[in-house]
Amino acid sequence: MAEPVIPDFGEASDCVAENRFFCTDWVRENWDPVLQPALVQHIYLTAIAVGVGFVISLGAALLAHRLRYVERPVAIVAAVIYTIPSLALFQLLVPVTGLTVTTVEIALVGYTVLILFRNTLAGLRSVPAEVLEAARGMGLTRNQTLLRVELPLAVPAIIAGLRIAVVSTIALATVAAFVVSKGLGGPILGALRLDFRTEIIAAGALAVGLAIVADGLLVLLQRAVTPWATARTAT
Amino acid sequence: MGTVRPRTLCAVRDRRQAVEIVFDHATKRYPGRASPAVDDLTMTIPAGEVCCLVGPSGGGKTTAMKLVNRLVELTSGDVRVDGRSVTSLDETTLRRGIGYVIQQVGLFPHMTVAENVATVPRLLGWSKQATRQRIDELLDLVDLPARDYRSRYASQLSGGERQRVGLARALAADPPVMLMDEPFGALDPITRTRLQNELLRIQQQVRKTIIFVTHDIDEAILIGDQIAILREGGVLAQYDTPDQVLAEPADDFVARFVGTDRGLKRLSLTQLDELQLEPANGAAGPVLDGHTTLRDALSTMLNEGTRTVVVEGDDGTRQMLTLDRLTELLK
Amino acid sequence: MILAGLDVFANSLDFIVDRRELLLEKTWEHVELSIAALLLSILIAVPIGVVLGHLHRGSFLAVNLANIGRALPTLVVIAVGFTIFGIGYTNVIVALVILGVPPILTNAYVAVDEVDRDAVEAARGMGMTPLQVLLRVEVPLALPLLFAGIRTAAVFIVATATIAAIAGGGGLGDILVNQAAYRVEGLVAAALCVSALALAADGLLGLVQRWVTPAGLKQQISTFEPDVRPVV
Repeated sequence: MAEPVIPDFGEASDCVAENRFFCTDWVRENWDPVLQPALVQHIYLTAIAVGVGFVISLGAALLAHRLRYVERPVAIVAAVIYTIPSLALFQLLVPVTGLTVTTVEIALVGYTVLILFRNTLAGLRSVPAEVLEAARGMGLTRNQTLLRVELPLAVPAIIAGLRIAVVSTIALATVAAFVVSKGLGGPILGALRLDFRTEIIAAGALAVGLAIVADGLLVLLQRAVTPWATARTAT
Repeated sequence: MGTVRPRTLCAVRDRRQAVEIVFDHATKRYPGRASPAVDDLTMTIPAGEVCCLVGPSGGGKTTAMKLVNRLVELTSGDVRVDGRSVTSLDETTLRRGIGYVIQQVGLFPHMTVAENVATVPRLLGWSKQATRQRIDELLDLVDLPARDYRSRYASQLSGGERQRVGLARALAADPPVMLMDEPFGALDPITRTRLQNELLRIQQQVRKTIIFVTHDIDEAILIGDQIAILREGGVLAQYDTPDQVLAEPADDFVARFVGTDRGLKRLSLTQLDELQLEPANGAAGPVLDGHTTLRDALSTMLNEGTRTVVVEGDDGTRQMLTLDRLTELLK
Repeated sequence: MILAGLDVFANSLDFIVDRRELLLEKTWEHVELSIAALLLSILIAVPIGVVLGHLHRGSFLAVNLANIGRALPTLVVIAVGFTIFGIGYTNVIVALVILGVPPILTNAYVAVDEVDRDAVEAARGMGMTPLQVLLRVEVPLALPLLFAGIRTAAVFIVATATIAAIAGGGGLGDILVNQAAYRVEGLVAAALCVSALALAADGLLGLVQRWVTPAGLKQQISTFEPDVRPVV
């Protein structure tokens, strides 16, 4: 488990000694050794999980788009994984992959797949029929239609899914601390055991703040990538 | 209102000659259905002419049209474009050489107007410069100034503007053949009339061979050089010029379809300045310009309660049309 | 590695058989806790959501509440609650309710807000009072989506209750965080139990949801799929 800084009552400030809710001095002192590394680890955990999850669900969604019968099995498996509580899923994987980051990543990836698969498929299916007919009538091949028409038009739904996935994963990644001491969950768990408030609040605030920032960035990304969706509608 | 307003010629050089479309006993049968959708259709559409396919819903007119670009595959018989069977080409290549316009347009929402129009040239590998030039020409042709409209998105256009872009997009790669499936059906009546006239104007310049599907007999009469009437079950009831279809309907079905007012409809095919008339010589009556149709002239007479109208040509000369003269012309 | 894993699973099945009283006790604790939290969440969230939806007010808050709820790491909520309440039942219930309310409220709001306006207008036109419109038209039509929200919250609460063990919540989480006492086999056994519990809860509520959907509303409600509405 991550080592929280045990307040040394000889040197620590009054704030820490009294275990108040938030001591800025402690935060400033421990940003480098404790908080920042945890934050960076957390970002890595999330990025890898969402990245891998995205690739898997994109492939699955493209397949389900072509072959209808693929959808149901994938959706059910993903939904079952999604319903299993994270801590339980971690513990179920531990015997197989050990107390490692891999275990955590596998579980986190599993959670993102349902959301991303659902949204990507919905996005692909939302393309209006007349657009597809015009494309076909103009002589676009199936792949050209997919690449130049269907996927670009599915982007808003995909990014909506990414937003949910990223925010959920950031939240879930805190639980990873039960398995391996990485990410912002580490400081929180450790501080919980010692009843050290400042660390809990600091790390917790960072987790929430990270989620908000990531969500905001994705909104900006969507605006940048789909100018046509925000163009003013005509009369 | 069936007047064609002449406009100055645009600098659109459509190099390719128009080609002939031939339906040769073309038949389409869907599995599990008793009667065919298109039944032994045989007709030739001369190069550079507009053929309007009309008929009741379920008459197979859209299906027949789609046999040409193979969005529907033939069951038997053949369809030939420029002498070559449509089945001799790979379907994607075939479609890139045919302009296709549908009722809901199907503009790509994520592309600008310019990018939409450039779709087929891009597929064919045109150079950027040639494409850009072509887009400007076409937007000009459909009366959407390129400067303003190039970078707009479909959601920012009105229904009429969207269909104009659809038209420009279909013309982009200079195909000799155009297929239009009720293109103006979703527009309000005023816009529809405007676009019908635009199409006539454009066709005067580009002279494509066009198959135009519509359920509106008036639209067909206005636009078509030839009219093909298909009855239920995809059977060709009559294939003739508008005037002939109105004057001599082949059977009861056609007669009912064109309407009992076909006598009046025929009047809308002729403009006053196409007739031999007496000089006005000071006769009194409402003044109409030479491009008014006979039908509108008769309507004016009835409205104003007169038996004479004065016709003013483009050069200012005045002639007169009396009710008696009009009756003679009806024969 | 996989073989070793299979070994552990086999042992965990033994654990389940041997220690079944313990597991039953813990499962029951877990269920009690979850139901209490769920009922409390429903009591708080449903009236607020339904009323707001009926009035078509407060959409920004109601819709974004679900997003905020999703963003709150459960561990953080429990830990922060711990700093305020210390160990014990209160802390855990508060945390569970905080996490359970958002999905129910948002879904309640959206469900009532999006009821076919024509139906509501017709009802008003027929002379129903606003309360009657709410109870006889809006709520029945809103039930499917409302239940989807309750389903989501239920699964969420079962999951969070697991973690709540570190703050003294009891339930199967007690086993899951205590590797020292129960060893890997115990943990896996508890994990299997809680997974089964979550799936059962979801499935059960899915059936209720389907039962509650009026025959006229054509909705594809799969017994297995949780409601993850995309937020655009």
